[in-house]
Amino acid sequence: MNTETTVDRRTVLKSGAALIVGFYLPARARAGKRSVHGPQTFEANAWIAVSADDRITLLTEIPEMGQGTRTADAMMLADELEADWPTIRVEQAPTIPDVYKHLGTGGSGGTTGTWMPMRQAGAQAREMLLTAAANQWSVPKGECQASNGRIIHLPTGRQLRYGELVEAASRLPAVRLDQIPLKDPRSYRFIGKPIARVDVPSKVGGTAAFGTDVRIPGMLFAVIARCPHFGGELATCDDSIARTVPGVRRIFRVPPIGFTRLTAEVGRNLNVAGGVAVVADSTWAAIQGRKALKLTWNKGPGALESTQSLRAQFRPLAAGPPTVVSVDRGDALQVLEHAGKRVEAEYELPFQAHATMEPMNATAHVRDDGRIEVWSPTQIPGPRPSSPAATQTEIAALAKVPPDHVTVHTMFSGGSFGRRYQWDYTAEAWQVANEMRVPVQVLWTREDDMQHDFYRQYSYQRMSGVLDDRGNIVAWARRLVSTPIRSVFDSAESLKDPENVASQEMDSSDSLPYQVSNYLLDYAPVNSVVPRAWWRSVSSSFEAFAIECFIDELAHAAGADPYQFRLRNLRPDRPENSRKLRGVLELAANRSGWGQPLPPGHGRGIACYQFAGTYVAQVAEVSFGKSVGLQVNRVVAAVDCGFSVNPNNVCALIEGGINYALTPVLSGEITIKGGAVEQNNFHDYKVLRMADAPEIEVHIVPGGTDPADGVGEAGVPPLAPAVANAIFAATRVRLRRLPIDTRLFET
Amino acid sequence: MAQTRLVVNGKPHEVDVAPEVPLLWVLRDTLGLTGTKYGCGMGLCGACTVHLDGEAVRSCQTPAGSVGAKRITTIEGLSADLSHPVQKAWIAEQVPQCGYCQSGQIMQAASLLAKNPHPSREEIDREMTGNICRCATYNRIRRAILRAAQESV
Repeated sequence: MNTETTVDRRTVLKSGAALIVGFYLPARARAGKRSVHGPQTFEANAWIAVSADDRITLLTEIPEMGQGTRTADAMMLADELEADWPTIRVEQAPTIPDVYKHLGTGGSGGTTGTWMPMRQAGAQAREMLLTAAANQWSVPKGECQASNGRIIHLPTGRQLRYGELVEAASRLPAVRLDQIPLKDPRSYRFIGKPIARVDVPSKVGGTAAFGTDVRIPGMLFAVIARCPHFGGELATCDDSIARTVPGVRRIFRVPPIGFTRLTAEVGRNLNVAGGVAVVADSTWAAIQGRKALKLTWNKGPGALESTQSLRAQFRPLAAGPPTVVSVDRGDALQVLEHAGKRVEAEYELPFQAHATMEPMNATAHVRDDGRIEVWSPTQIPGPRPSSPAATQTEIAALAKVPPDHVTVHTMFSGGSFGRRYQWDYTAEAWQVANEMRVPVQVLWTREDDMQHDFYRQYSYQRMSGVLDDRGNIVAWARRLVSTPIRSVFDSAESLKDPENVASQEMDSSDSLPYQVSNYLLDYAPVNSVVPRAWWRSVSSSFEAFAIECFIDELAHAAGADPYQFRLRNLRPDRPENSRKLRGVLELAANRSGWGQPLPPGHGRGIACYQFAGTYVAQVAEVSFGKSVGLQVNRVVAAVDCGFSVNPNNVCALIEGGINYALTPVLSGEITIKGGAVEQNNFHDYKVLRMADAPEIEVHIVPGGTDPADGVGEAGVPPLAPAVANAIFAATRVRLRRLPIDTRLFET
Repeated sequence: MAQTRLVVNGKPHEVDVAPEVPLLWVLRDTLGLTGTKYGCGMGLCGACTVHLDGEAVRSCQTPAGSVGAKRITTIEGLSADLSHPVQKAWIAEQVPQCGYCQSGQIMQAASLLAKNPHPSREEIDREMTGNICRCATYNRIRRAILRAAQESV
């Protein structure tokens, strides 16, 4: 805990009717954190308002995208505050960055980020309420106890509700955070328990307000016809028929941003395709208007780009010289040339869409006084220490107004999986609203969303390994080739640094979990016009596939059981990592019945991975039958996420991660032709449906005192290799390219 | 434009929309009933599912003019207080994550149970496989439907 912590701010509502506690913690390096945005610092603050009618409002800075952050925050706060659970409401903190300094989330950082500050916030309010009651009764504070929304004077049994203490507590000097005792974990009432999520009732009754649900009097609705060819531009536009469509109000061009004008001010994570906006009285009218446009496009620099053209570049680069050597321990290449049993494999994973259920959308109002309001389902409403660029700052930069002239209303996100880490869709809403000067909602149709995502990068990995006579791995060389994310966003100058280019493509540290004395990890990039960005579990989704399939291939080459082979080869020089991996491997193997016989045509596969401090092992069970084809019947997962704040939600997120990761295995693929995405909707980007969802068991390794960073992504990486390894066990067909090509099984 | 009569959640409405406008947009943009969601516009995802006389339909594929006198029920009208057995089961099983598809899932499940009070797992999968959930809460949806079937005995 940081001992320099002081209370910087405490505010009392003008009415005096509420106690509001706010606090800052100074930046604290989060050593060892693997972040998608470089080394993160942590600086949190939050506000609690206790009102005279006993209601407690928690303003959270982390947007709710389905990960359950509101509930986790409320649990942490309520435990230390000794609150009465039903009195707590959670609302989104406003975009006031000098008060709320951590307005967003990414890299599974939500729970660990709020773990200390939320508990401290609750404890601080509790201490002040205790002092206020003790003063009122003129008794020592030590004789008072906070319990379920009341302060009790233990010797006399007198009680005061929190609401009755609001005014008195508000007049007290703030208590220093580092002088507040936190609870003994044994006395937690909410933390660590399977508490029902606070957002569930609104999501079961249809009242939860997502971005698309924003309704403002006088608002208009718009869609944009975007250039389907990435980097291309509008050539001609005939809107004569479109203007006659009933309900259509205005049609105008919106310029591209980023693709043609990558600048220091607005180039940060911003790519807006540009095109033609159709503004109407209703969404349907706007869509009809857009259909009636006659448009031609210049295909631009990607005219010749296709999945095939990219693949043709991957293969030679997988064998040629690297641009970055990340790890070179021992002399892997030398050993590979001379050693005994050599195993080689190449793994290819295509672009993937995020395909959130709620397509991209945002609502904006550029007011006459120059102030801007946006309503956005965003992961990043405002700046964070690790990421000063955010929806608020970028819209301000576009509009050339100070950031505090932009208010971002953070709506519920209908899924994100990394997609809403971008603010292109909010920038578009601003572009359209800036023309219209009334509130406008820009909705992306499913086709827009499928064709203008920031896709998971296309990757190609070559693995070479050597086993000695006793089945030990003596050399392992990994070459990763991909279409790097950085080149979508960074300036030409920073792209001259190959390590910067490689930085989002892999864990460049010496983190291979298996013992090998000669290890090489290197990288080569392939250029592409396709926008890429972070997808659930970032580079781990493709790194894990290659590593965990290849360790399986090595095990089979060594004649060993893949589970035992993993255990035997865990690195002794990384004891903590190996201990946790062993724990989840053993738990998953035990609960799945690893080693027990299966019917013919069935197979089990295992894989393990660490993401954001959470360790997950999975055993997948598949079957293959002539009439039913390939089925994933069951996945057993074991999870070590440190201390589990809400075990039921941990299970939910791991279940979701497993099923989400099945889409790229079974059916999902984004392909490119003419510099454009070929898929349009859920008929040609096939996502997992219920009939193909396996039985899932999640087992949590108990223990730990603090939570790992988060579990929203950690369920994804082991799934694809576990299934591919199970398919090998069932069919002896080794899948090295996903999604599964079912023709491989036609015999 | 034309006047179209619709009965939504028991209330009659006269709306000034062309008969070919999908019911989804009439509910969301004209009547402000935003609990019914847009997901694909092609009847592929089920997010827009509502009931016509108790039967689940995709409102994005249902022209407003085709509804006639059939009673429309949206998620807002399924119960006044989350007391429908399917909603109660959804809460008990803690189904939603992002929640965007859940209105459609719940309406589909309610329609299934009205027709078939005790569906098998295979019948649940078959009926529900038209409803996509990208948070992939499918396992909990299955459990919730089985729970609702049991508790409404």
